[in-house]
Amino acid sequence: MSTNKITTQKVNFKVFRFNADEDYLPYYEDYSMDVTSEEVVLDILNRIKWDYDGSFSYRRSCRHGICGACAIKVNGRSTLACKESMSTMIEYFGNDLTIEPLSTKRAIKDMIIDKADFWEKHAAVTPYLAADIDECPTCENLVSPHDAEELNEADLCIQCGACHYACPAVEINSDFFGPAAFVAAYRFEADIRDSDAERLINVNEEKQGVWDCVKCFECAEVCPKDINPIEKITKLHQMAFKKGVAKNNVATRHAVGFLHSIKKHGVLDEGGLVLYSEGPSIVKHIPVALQMFRKGKIIMPWNMPKSDNLDEIQKLIKSSSTVKF
Amino acid sequence: MKKLKYALFTGCTAKQSTPEQMMSTLAVARKLNIELIELTEASCCGASHLQDYDDFLSLVLNARNIAYAEKHGLTMVTICNTCQLNTAMTKHRLDKNPELKAKVNEKLAEVGLEYKGTSNIIHFLYAIIDDFGLDKIKKMVVKPLSQFNIAPFYGCHNIRPSELHDESHKQKENPYNPTSLDDLIIACGGMNVEYEEKNKCCGFHVELQAPHTAAVLTGNAIAGATDNNADMMVTPCPLCHLKLDTQTKHASEAIGREVSLPVLHMQQMVGLALGCTPAELGLKHHVTEVNFI
Ligand code: SF4
Ligand code: SF4
Ligand code: FES
Repeated sequence: MSTNKITTQKVNFKVFRFNADEDYLPYYEDYSMDVTSEEVVLDILNRIKWDYDGSFSYRRSCRHGICGACAIKVNGRSTLACKESMSTMIEYFGNDLTIEPLSTKRAIKDMIIDKADFWEKHAAVTPYLAADIDECPTCENLVSPHDAEELNEADLCIQCGACHYACPAVEINSDFFGPAAFVAAYRFEADIRDSDAERLINVNEEKQGVWDCVKCFECAEVCPKDINPIEKITKLHQMAFKKGVAKNNVATRHAVGFLHSIKKHGVLDEGGLVLYSEGPSIVKHIPVALQMFRKGKIIMPWNMPKSDNLDEIQKLIKSSSTVKF
Repeated sequence: MKKLKYALFTGCTAKQSTPEQMMSTLAVARKLNIELIELTEASCCGASHLQDYDDFLSLVLNARNIAYAEKHGLTMVTICNTCQLNTAMTKHRLDKNPELKAKVNEKLAEVGLEYKGTSNIIHFLYAIIDDFGLDKIKKMVVKPLSQFNIAPFYGCHNIRPSELHDESHKQKENPYNPTSLDDLIIACGGMNVEYEEKNKCCGFHVELQAPHTAAVLTGNAIAGATDNNADMMVTPCPLCHLKLDTQTKHASEAIGREVSLPVLHMQQMVGLALGCTPAELGLKHHVTEVNFI
């Protein structure tokens, strides 16, 4: 950074303002400022408070990307205010920036939101070590570096909520635990000392669990700690199969169905997959299927394409499979 | 310019539920004089679901697909965002982890193949934009889409994770404000529509297990485009296309409002501008009718 020349440019901010005690509706206040390339988003929040309006409210504590308090949204992107440089924001979005809390519908005062749903979901995955540990141990409980690596940075989560409030599945389905809670769950599932048998079952339940993740990668994109929550979600899926707690339902059959299809055809048999996943519930798809059929979008079983060299694929499935359902 | 030549990984939908996507890909390639060698040996990429069940197997199968592109000595071109994600992610993981690569190659050796890491993997959208070039497309347009407001729908897996995108493609794409498809719309003579949902998820991957979430996402996308005066949408992903084109009834019910727009595949849009006929582009295979032709 220090070798770069410091540049200054004018930026127009549209800032979300709301005081739940006084206002019926939120409104946006405009501020125009000269911003230097060295500033972070938190500097702008500070300047609004110090130079324009002392009542402007936001959370911050450490200013070092550790406490997780300062996450907000810039042009709809969740971001950690004390870590995000203004030059990145300008590069992404130009010189007109909208500053909002992580969730406008949860706003209490300006950038401050009620994060209760986040913490409830965090608590729901029992984010602590369940282990029978001798109260008077005679030696240390060692974890090898190799085993510690399994945590895959999941223990670096600062609970900032950036991913949680960027997640479309959380937005639509209020039961869904969300990416941060899954990171926490994975943190302890991957810990060889942990013996909680319920957690993995809990995070695999329908509606609330990992199977409702839409695989949009928003969480991976926004995490200021590069934790890649969806990677942890994928690992929780895999653990459920490996440890035999995966229930036989439409979601798990959908994943396993791919294997059956590939074994038979090399390629996916789309109709076969839906049938395998849904079972008798397939009837609910009939109206759309008929429309698709009329438009030549459905292949009859006898016309199913097959991959060339299918025997290779079948051989590899035999030799490389690591899971049984 | 040297003739562009790629190994084409069609993915599964192009041969089943979106035949129009296959037709339009080939039609556009003919117009642009791009040679596509189809990887007929390729298996399904697992569509981001197989790895939930068996990660290693998913790696092996995807590595096999890439190995075939390598045998041709060609860059692999995908025509589905999720194929792009799974294949490029496999490449990313194997290239950065020699131990894992060796394990995968041990399996591939059983069928006489090897994953080397020599072929790049790009989506056809970026082959057109980065390799062929927008300026050249612009000059070839014979039937500009100038009467239409077109809403670009990017689809998650082409733009996120952005690191993977940037590693695979020549030009970066801003995951929060992508522009490639907008630029292509403009090159084809159309007006690009700005709307909030252009880089959001269509919900395809949870269609069966979380139908409500999936339907709301589809509904929001079409509604966002409609409210910004779009006449149609365009997408580079056949899975997004399936959602936006065939699921309008569920989507409308889920968001409590009737929504429906014609949706073009990226290839169909380019094809129309270059003078391909609706029949060549398979426009009759849409559930939501393309009624402006
Ligand atoms: S990938 Fe899954 S968990 Fe992450 S933001 Fe998208 S839906 Fe939420
Ligand atoms: S996973 Fe990342 S984005 Fe999500 S709460 Fe933890 S640190 Fe924040
Ligand atoms: S102020 Fe603590 S993380 Fe930003």
